[in-house]
Amino acid sequence: MNQQTYTDIEVKDLLSTASRMKDAGQRLVQICCTKLPDRLEIHYSFDKDYAFTSFRLTLKDNSTIVPSISKVYWNSFHYENEIHDLFGIKVEGNVVDYQGNFYRTAIKTPFNIATPAAEGEKKS
Amino acid sequence: MSERTIIPFGPQHPVLPEPIHLDLVVEDEKVVEAIPSIGFIHRGLERLVEKKDFIDFVYVAERICGICSFIHGLTYCMSIEELMKIDVPERAHYLRTIWSELSRIHSHLLWLGLTADSFGFESMFMQSWRLREYILDIIEETTGGRVIFGSAKIGGVRRDISPEKMAEIIKKLRGYQKDVRALFEELLKDETVKHRMKGVGLLSKEEAKSLGAVGPMLRASGVAQDIRMMGYASYAKIGFEPVVETGGDCFARCQVRARETDASFDMIYRCAEQMKEGSLDVKVTGFPNGEFFARSEQPRGEVIYYAKANGTKFLERMRVRTPTFANIPPLLSTLRGCQLADVPVIILTIDPCISCAER
Repeated sequence: MNQQTYTDIEVKDLLSTASRMKDAGQRLVQICCTKLPDRLEIHYSFDKDYAFTSFRLTLKDNSTIVPSISKVYWNSFHYENEIHDLFGIKVEGNVVDYQGNFYRTAIKTPFNIATPAAEGEKKS
Repeated sequence: MSERTIIPFGPQHPVLPEPIHLDLVVEDEKVVEAIPSIGFIHRGLERLVEKKDFIDFVYVAERICGICSFIHGLTYCMSIEELMKIDVPERAHYLRTIWSELSRIHSHLLWLGLTADSFGFESMFMQSWRLREYILDIIEETTGGRVIFGSAKIGGVRRDISPEKMAEIIKKLRGYQKDVRALFEELLKDETVKHRMKGVGLLSKEEAKSLGAVGPMLRASGVAQDIRMMGYASYAKIGFEPVVETGGDCFARCQVRARETDASFDMIYRCAEQMKEGSLDVKVTGFPNGEFFARSEQPRGEVIYYAKANGTKFLERMRVRTPTFANIPPLLSTLRGCQLADVPVIILTIDPCISCAER
């Protein structure tokens, strides 16, 4: 399995990092969000010649506004709509913004809610 | 300028076995823009990981998709094995490769039938699905399941294929390979197929790269990228070269799948030749800790499993990025400027799997 690198970045550095990766010919592989007990993490992953690089953005909660990288990588629009709809992350400047209608979910931002049962099972 | 009209396409449509909706903005018969809507059947399976033991989650991963179920399970296992530093036995790697390639063959035959059906080539549809049944029979003989294999497990595989059975399967596959090759040749030399597909749904090499296309969609535009080149399972040992075409149109995507299907048969033969006796799995002890992105090549392209673990039996996060999800932006690009009648053909040449995308 090829080596993977993970780098922590700040929100203010996101757009410049995305531009730098685009200039280096990197492909945007995916964007994913993780809800942890005390924070949210967003991974922006890139690939070139099978070398995998991921930049980790750490947010205290979903009230922080994250700039969209869709002006750099157009194909990021659906990943950004996904993290908005599932986690409630506010993404600013998305070129194709579904305004919360990308996924039709019965519960709003379902992935940002800690399930009591899951919390209980984890403790046991 | 002609008046613009919005034509809804899907979520229920004869060429779509699963729900995806497109708002097609048309001027006369020309599509000027396509706006997708997914999320009709989003299942939220990723969150199940918080309630399922990491060992058991492989069953959920396999059920994300009914076509490439084995590769979903395998990629999930790869992510956990990397976190736990598990060294999978060599025989298990070969068996994983065999089942992955059988999945690819049956998936491409399924796609061939659906695509042929989309432009009225009914006999091709029937022949490809007839041949697919033989592949499903082999899968059933070796795993016990036709759709859900249940053979991948963390640390190896659950089932073995005896040398006698393997010899019997190889003999059968050699016969089927000739039939499958003849079927694809028939498709690719057909003048009507060429007329419907050549120069339709064009995606340039630069667009394919910049829009994040994966799988046959990417390789049909001249980009030699295939995650099997990373050498997971036993791909490094059996030797692998990506299938690449340069046309960038619907026809080139058919050519890639035709050649890939043929290559899959050959890879199974090489696995059978090289595979030696040995154990099928290793004992898994402890719990995973850390994070890892496991990648593999499904019939539709690169799939990614992100696992984040905290040293307990429940993972903190399991995220699946499926190839169909990645291929949506390139699809929108190919639809722009096409004729309304070509929309079904273009959609089917990306081989969409909505159950994957709506994991």
